[in-house]
Amino acid sequence: MNNAKNTLKRLTGYKLFLPFLCLALVLLINVIKTPTFFAITINNGVFYGYIIDVINRASELVILAVGMTLVVAASGGTDISVGAVSALAGALCCFVLSGGQQTVNEYHAPYILGVLAAMAVGIICGAWNGFLVAKMKIQPMVATLILFTAGRGIAQLITEGQMIYVRVDHFKKLGGFIDGVPLPTPVFAAVLVVILTMFLLKKTALGLYIETVGINAKAARLVGLNSTMIQFLTYAYCGLCAGIAGLIITSRVYSIDANNAGLNMELDAILAVALGGNSLGGGKFSLAGSVIGAYTIQALTTTLYAMGVSADQIPVYKAIVVVIIVSLQSPELSKIWKNAKKKIGGGARKKVA
Amino acid sequence: MKKKLLSVILATAMVATMVGCGSATSEPAAAPAAEEAAPAKEAAPAEEVAEEPAAEEASDDLIVVGYAQVGAESDWRTANTESFKTTFTEENGYQLIFDDAQQKQENQIKAIRSFIQQEVDYIVVAPVVETGWETVLEEAKEAGIPVILSDRMMDVSDDSLYECWVGGNFVKEGSDAAAWLKTYLEGQGKGEEEINIVTLQGTIGASAQVGRTDGFASGMQDNWVMLDKQTGEFTQSKGQEVMESFLKKYPDIDVVVCENDNMAFGAIDAIKAAGKTCGPEGDITIISFDAVAAAFDSMIAGDMNADFECNPLHGPRVAEIIQKLQAGESVEKIQYVDEAYFDTSMDVAAIKETRAY
Repeated sequence: MNNAKNTLKRLTGYKLFLPFLCLALVLLINVIKTPTFFAITINNGVFYGYIIDVINRASELVILAVGMTLVVAASGGTDISVGAVSALAGALCCFVLSGGQQTVNEYHAPYILGVLAAMAVGIICGAWNGFLVAKMKIQPMVATLILFTAGRGIAQLITEGQMIYVRVDHFKKLGGFIDGVPLPTPVFAAVLVVILTMFLLKKTALGLYIETVGINAKAARLVGLNSTMIQFLTYAYCGLCAGIAGLIITSRVYSIDANNAGLNMELDAILAVALGGNSLGGGKFSLAGSVIGAYTIQALTTTLYAMGVSADQIPVYKAIVVVIIVSLQSPELSKIWKNAKKKIGGGARKKVA
Repeated sequence: MKKKLLSVILATAMVATMVGCGSATSEPAAAPAAEEAAPAKEAAPAEEVAEEPAAEEASDDLIVVGYAQVGAESDWRTANTESFKTTFTEENGYQLIFDDAQQKQENQIKAIRSFIQQEVDYIVVAPVVETGWETVLEEAKEAGIPVILSDRMMDVSDDSLYECWVGGNFVKEGSDAAAWLKTYLEGQGKGEEEINIVTLQGTIGASAQVGRTDGFASGMQDNWVMLDKQTGEFTQSKGQEVMESFLKKYPDIDVVVCENDNMAFGAIDAIKAAGKTCGPEGDITIISFDAVAAAFDSMIAGDMNADFECNPLHGPRVAEIIQKLQAGESVEKIQYVDEAYFDTSMDVAAIKETRAY
C-alpha cells in the first residue's frame, strides 16, 4: 500500500509526468470515440493507421520544436520566423532542383545540392536572427519578426510567385517512404534530429551552458561563458532545424507553395515547447518535453479529424484542450491543489483525534 | 559552392529591397514589375501604354480603361491579366492602363486615384480586400467615372458606387458538379446505389468554399450520403492529411469532392498511398474545381474524373458591359462569366493545349 503510494509519488514527481499524461489523455479519448484509433495494419508493405499518421505528421513540428526549445532556453524569447524560414528553404531547394522551371520531371541539379542549399539558407537565416538577438540585443520577437514577414516574400521572389513542382519519385522519399522500410521517412528524420541534439547537449557541456545563459546571461559571462556566442548558436541551430523541416514539408507535396508551406507552424512550435512543461522565460529546459508537446499537438489534430469534428469548430476544441493542458501544468494550480489537500487532510486528522 | 549560394541569396535579397522600393513609390514603378511577371504575348501595345499612363495621348475614339489588378500571385491571376490585355487593345478601340497592386489595397487606391486624375472613361478593379473602398469610389462617382468590379466583391454600404460586378458563380460550379455526378453515376448504372461522398472544403468562410459547398449540397440526391466534410485549407498538404484520415475512418468512399485542384492532388496521393485507386478506372471518383493546367495532366493520367472551371477570362465580358454602357443601356448588377467543366470523356489533352492557364 505504502509502496504503491511511493511509486505513484515518484511517478508524479517525474518532470515529464504531466506532458506524458496530457499526451496519453488526448490519445485515450480516441479509444472511446474511435476504437480503431490504435489499430495498425500492414498495407502495401508499410504500416498504416492513425497512430502512424500522428507520428508521421508531427515530424516537422518535432524538428522545429527542438530548435525552438534551445532558442527559448538560451534567450528567453521565441523565434517566430521558423515557419517562413522553412518555406524559404523549401523554395530554394525546389528552385535549385528544378533549375528555375515551374514543373520538372527530373532533377536539374544533384539532389544533395538542393538539400545543402535548404540547410544553408536555414543556417543563414538563423544566424541573422542570432546576430540581431545576441549581438545587437534586439528583443527576440522583434528581431525574428523581420524574417517572419520577409521570409515568405523572399521565397515568393525565388519562385516568382508561382508553385514549383519537382515531380521526381526520388524527391518524394524524404516526405514519404523509402522502399522496403515500413515506417514513413519523416519519422526517422525527426528521431535523428532529436538524438543528435540530445547527444550534443548531454555529451558536451553545451546544454548546461545554454541553461546558464538563459537563467542569467550576465552571470554566465562573468564566469567566463561567451553568452553572445551561445545565444547566436542556438538561433543558427534553430534556423537549421527550420531548413530541415522545410525539406520535409516540400518533399511531402513534391512542390513548394511559398504562401502556405509551414504556415503558422512557428506558433505550434512555441506551443509544443510550452506544452512540454518548459518555461518560455528561458533557463532550465527539457528537450524531451518539447518533443512530447509536439506529438500532443499532432495527436490532437488527428483526433479531431478522426472524430469528425466539423472544420469551423476545430479551433474551439483545440483552444479548450490547450487551456486545460497548460493550466494542468501551471505551478499556481499545483499550489492551490496542495493547499486544498492539506486542508482536507488536516480536517480528517482532527476528527480522528 | 558556398560562395555561389551566398551570391544567389544576396542577389535575391537585393531584388527584394528593389521591389520593396518599387511598391512604395506608387504605380508607374510597379507597372513594369507586373509586366515582368506576366508572360508577354501579344500584350506589347498595352504595355507601352501602361508604362506611360498619359491619357491626353488617347485619341477621342479610343475608350480609356484603367484596370487595377490584385497582383500576379497565381496562374489564374496571370491568365486574368492576359485576358484584359488581349481584349482591350487599340485594334478593338480601347486604351488599357494596367496597374499591378502587388496584393496591397493602398496601391490599388492610389491607382484608382491616378485613373481619376487621368480622366479615364472606365475603371475596372479586382479588389484585394472587400472593405474600405467607400471614399475612393465616391471620388470616382463625383468624377463621373463608372467602376466595374472584377472577380471579388466590395462590401460598400451604397451599391450605386459601382456599376456592376463580373465574376465566377461558385454556387453554380458546385451544383453543376452535383449534376455531373448524377449523370456520371447513371451512366455507370449506379444511379440507385448508395453513394458515399466526402468533401475536402476550402478555407472555411472563403467565398469559393461557401459557394461550392452550398452548390453541391443543393444537388445532393436521396441515395447519396455525405459521410464527412473537413477543411483542407485549399492546400495540397492539408488536403493529403485530411484525406489520409478519411480513408482510415471510412473504408468505402465512392466520391471525393475537392473544392480546389491543389487539395485534389493531395487527396489523390493519399488514396494511392492507401493502396486504393481513383479516376475513371479506379474505385474512387475525384471531382475538383478550378481546372488549372496541372489538373489537366491529372485527368490525362487518369487520376481525376472531372474538373469544374473557375474562369479567369473576364476581359470579354467586361468589354461587353462597357459597350452597353457606351450605348446608354443599363446593365445587371451581378454578371457571371461562362464557366465550363472538363471530364475524362473529353479529349482533355487537346483542350489543355488551347487553355491560357
